[in-house]
Amino acid sequence: MKKAIIVGCGRVGSMVAQALAEKGWSVAVIDRNPDAFRRLPEDFPGKKIIGVGIDVEALKAAGIEDADVLLALTNGDNTNAMVAQMARDIFKVPRILARINDPLRAETYYALGIPTVCQTTIISNIILEKITGEGE
Amino acid sequence: MYIIVVGGGKVGFNLTKVLLRDGYEVILVEKDKQRWTFLERVLGEAVYWGDGCEMRVLEELGCSRADVVVAVTGHDEDNLTICQMAKRKFNVPRVIARVNMPQNEEILKLLGVDDTICGTRIIYDLIRQEIETDKIHFLATLKEGGYEIVEIVVSKDSPVVGKSVKDISFPPNCLLISLLRNKEIIIPSGETVLEAGDSIISLISSEQVVALRHLLAPKEGG
Repeated sequence: MKKAIIVGCGRVGSMVAQALAEKGWSVAVIDRNPDAFRRLPEDFPGKKIIGVGIDVEALKAAGIEDADVLLALTNGDNTNAMVAQMARDIFKVPRILARINDPLRAETYYALGIPTVCQTTIISNIILEKITGEGE
Repeated sequence: MYIIVVGGGKVGFNLTKVLLRDGYEVILVEKDKQRWTFLERVLGEAVYWGDGCEMRVLEELGCSRADVVVAVTGHDEDNLTICQMAKRKFNVPRVIARVNMPQNEEILKLLGVDDTICGTRIIYDLIRQEIETDKIHFLATLKEGGYEIVEIVVSKDSPVVGKSVKDISFPPNCLLISLLRNKEIIIPSGETVLEAGDSIISLISSEQVVALRHLLAPKEGG
């Protein structure tokens, strides 16, 4: 069974967590706010860990040592970048992805070699495409 | 020497003030407009309003000619990003990060930060040294390996007095580096006989420090 760790149980994190769990993945979600877990369905089969993603103990509790994927999906860009690097460089997680909101920082993380997804750029492009029929 | 300080809290503000006083070329970067207004009133042109985590801000400040970048915001993840950018993108020779959570010190170093400063750790070390300075002087901590270099003075009631090094059972993972006797440095061999008052410098695993202290300088009455 593939194992994923998701840091940040906001709208994005909870949705991805649920979708992966439905696909049969073993999922652990970390969020510093216990209330955030209410976004997950009641029968969510994965682990819920209260803590911050840049804390080694929280990552270990989530099972990072044998995780296949780590997704850093909090709303803090630098937090996501740091968690992703900890996963990659310290725990050797094979696949990582960091969400970023601020496209200005995208080039920074790109320069640091962190795979990122920038929702701002994606959404802007979709909107542009819908209006003008051509994306950037 | 050109120094960029990121984060205009108490640490960044006072650091910049001292550096300016000593004649360094310094820029302090603060992203909060209100805080920046205050800083600018006190420090003048040396303060820049912007987010130091953004590459173009660092670019504008001429980061590639900076000798040192110091990241002292209240967020470890921000300090890491700033240092990494400065180092890898702008080839700044020396980057220093303030660490707020002590357990992040090692992580930041692993991720390429040359130097970290952790207030909590410093105070903890001071307290620990204060407690044990009557017998031990901590000269250096080799954090990665969990080893310390310590100096301990042999007390007259220690069982090692008058014995040669080879006959003394030292704690495991302990290496005698040198001993200081009457202002003279001696590199000990197995034949060296220890005397009361010898100041012994050794490399030792952190867990064994107390054991070595008990051996060389037992507390009075046990």
